[in-house]
Amino acid sequence: MTLDRRTLIQSAVGAAVLGMAAPRFSFAATPGDRRFIVVILRGALDGLAAVPPHGDPDYARARGAVALPNDAIINLDGFYGLNAKLPTFKALWDQKQLAIVHAVCSPYRDRSHFDGQNVIETGGIRPAPTGDGWLNRALGPLGVSDPKLALAIAQAVPVILQGKREVSSWMPPQLPAVDDDFLARLKTMYARDPELRSALDRAMEVGAVANASGGGDMQSNAQALRGGRGYRFEPLAKMAANIIAANDGPRITVMEVGGWDTHQGQGTTQGVLAFVLDGLDKGVKVLSEALKPIWDRTTILFFTEFGRTVAANGSNGTDHGMASVAFVAGGAVSGGRVLGQWPSLKQSALYEGRDLMPTTDLRAVFKGVLADHMRMARAQVDGIFPDAGAVAPLGGLIRI
Amino acid sequence: MNVEAALAVHRFGLGAGRRDLEAMRGDPRGWLKSQLGSVAPLVQPFAQQKSTGQVLRDLPSMREAAAKSADDQVKLQQMGREMFLNEMRPWMRNAFETQVPFLERYVWFWSNHFTISVLKARMVFFAGSYEREAIRPMVLGKFEDLLISTVRHPAMLVYLDNAFSIGPDSPAGKFVGKGLNENHAREIMELHTLGVDGGYTQADVIELAKILTGWSMVRGDNVDSATGFKYFENRHQPGTKTLLGKTYADAGEREGQDALRDLARHPATARHIATKLARHFVADEPPPQAVARLERVFRDTGGDLKALALALIDEPAAWQSALTKMRTPIEYVVAAIRLFGGVQDALGDQQFKGLAESLRVMGQIPFTAQSPKGWPDVASGWAGPAAIMERAQWAHALAERIPNKPDAVVLADAALGPLLSPPTREALKLAADPTQGLALLLASPEFQRR
Repeated sequence: MTLDRRTLIQSAVGAAVLGMAAPRFSFAATPGDRRFIVVILRGALDGLAAVPPHGDPDYARARGAVALPNDAIINLDGFYGLNAKLPTFKALWDQKQLAIVHAVCSPYRDRSHFDGQNVIETGGIRPAPTGDGWLNRALGPLGVSDPKLALAIAQAVPVILQGKREVSSWMPPQLPAVDDDFLARLKTMYARDPELRSALDRAMEVGAVANASGGGDMQSNAQALRGGRGYRFEPLAKMAANIIAANDGPRITVMEVGGWDTHQGQGTTQGVLAFVLDGLDKGVKVLSEALKPIWDRTTILFFTEFGRTVAANGSNGTDHGMASVAFVAGGAVSGGRVLGQWPSLKQSALYEGRDLMPTTDLRAVFKGVLADHMRMARAQVDGIFPDAGAVAPLGGLIRI
Repeated sequence: MNVEAALAVHRFGLGAGRRDLEAMRGDPRGWLKSQLGSVAPLVQPFAQQKSTGQVLRDLPSMREAAAKSADDQVKLQQMGREMFLNEMRPWMRNAFETQVPFLERYVWFWSNHFTISVLKARMVFFAGSYEREAIRPMVLGKFEDLLISTVRHPAMLVYLDNAFSIGPDSPAGKFVGKGLNENHAREIMELHTLGVDGGYTQADVIELAKILTGWSMVRGDNVDSATGFKYFENRHQPGTKTLLGKTYADAGEREGQDALRDLARHPATARHIATKLARHFVADEPPPQAVARLERVFRDTGGDLKALALALIDEPAAWQSALTKMRTPIEYVVAAIRLFGGVQDALGDQQFKGLAESLRVMGQIPFTAQSPKGWPDVASGWAGPAAIMERAQWAHALAERIPNKPDAVVLADAALGPLLSPPTREALKLAADPTQGLALLLASPEFQRR
């Protein structure tokens, strides 16, 4: 990693503006070239189906209709397994590039999707006004002041990346491009509308990167985006990978995958969940291949707002639960391990008698990745999660 | 056109339509209030459409026909898609031509409040009929009746799974060993009535789910009502239930009616609805006084939706001239088409496909919200960099397609009146050519906002 003068000055100014005690000069305060990709699994992923604890003696009994049969589980370590729809995750596991944190949950203990997602994105204890996401709060200490280095692959910037610092968002182009003269005039016209003006500025910057990195098959892939949300991840990953992997690509990227709210027909080897897991796996395969040039300095973190009930509900599905699972994948990851304490599926061990008991605070995972992967000092990480001072960063997720 | 007239068509309505300004006759508030006479103009344009009951009656034979083809699931999906398109055509056409644009917007607000979405597979068969049957006829009545009409509609029962929820101690529950599905019960309290901070607990969710067991639907020859709703006594969880501290004696279907009416009349519901309504029509962060006034009207009138609409028209904060709300893509596309005089004659296949494609690109095909919470109602949901660039591109593409291009300044003056700022007007005047002028108008802050 090389530091140029401009970067140094920017990060120092950034720290001063934020009124933080500017570290004398820690490398942690510069935007190095390490890449952090966050994938939010919206709708509450069933962690017990994605990473089945098949060695738990209560697994089959407790899950009932949604218990995976043995041939739908890829064994990992004798106790945990992976859903057979996740072969790419298994390949990463074998290369020690996938760590799993089980029985993980944010501090939120109710069961509303929207509040649950708010908490994992704002990083506090309870739902907070949107517009202050924890990843945006991390941009200052990371020294990421160039908006195009913080990118949401989404039409609207998700809460996690909203905040004081300007960021970018991008979606594959689906309409004919407009000429520069028109854009210049629009810019002038938006001078009195800061919201539209900054949105347009950001879009033009990322668009330039996308063009420079040759999004060859973008138009044809835009076709593939026409489907519903479950199977959109793979084509989206394909198109976004060019931008993410670019030489001066985003240090922070946010992606979203929906379709996890499997109240009905969740199924086991077939069903709604198998379908969405398959889409996720294929997308991850695309990402892991396309990001090869930067893979050794990349960490991808997957997490969801909460888990689902241990037992099947009345309709071959599951309702909103508590603890779920988080995946940490990438070349920078110290993988091949499941972290977190297993709480057991015994009836008496369940949260409120129905859900997997949380044993790891999701914020410990956030903090661990920021500290070890993005090389932030503990004080900086604590500053991003002011309500989580007592929550220590989860160590050991990152290789180097 | 004065400021009030411009706000009436843009903030309350669907943009400046051909006939709106004439119909107003210089009395914007009177024009808005006159739209609240009856729901007939909301319902009449859809008189020819199939009822949900008819759809449910046909479903088994459609399945049978589909089973004859090699890939029956795909075939069935195609049939559903066809049906959805047949619903969207009159829906869009009505949006361009309605003479009661404020009332139509009110429908959209409630339709979004009680969202269903075809992103859930089978919903594609019910999307259009749901809004026609459960929402449109109800928006000038009582909130509690609207609530109940949504909870009883098969579309919602399928979307939020209550149709498959069975009382574990009911005869059916004991027989098949299946049980509760609490999805619908939770969203009723979280999204439709009390709001997430409305003071209910997980125990209340389960109790309401029990109360609503048996509310389901039938198909094929068993359909004996307009919607296909049917209450199954043998799925209903027996025993008394306690919801928000109140006990409901074992009374079958009546329990649900009573519980829903109680939820609708709860003070938390009044606040929740008032906040959402003010956010939609006034500002992303609505002024507390405006919320308080709407909340009082809701409580004083027992949730009278017509009184609420009138209160909105009389709300001073709704007449501030600063345009802060972003138009959603649907509102934006509809306003753009109305700007150019609406669609010509019949909404032809090409035009329809183009419009559907426009909405898809901008991320808002009707009835495709990502979650039961519905579409975002704040700018951050629609004004991200990617979205703003798409609007700019779309504005330009539409401007290119307008035949006999009118002068952008003249059109802007007529449509926006005093809302058009001098700098924007200047930019239109300086446009390189007529296409660019129209594109700038469509992409201007004044046209993207309302």
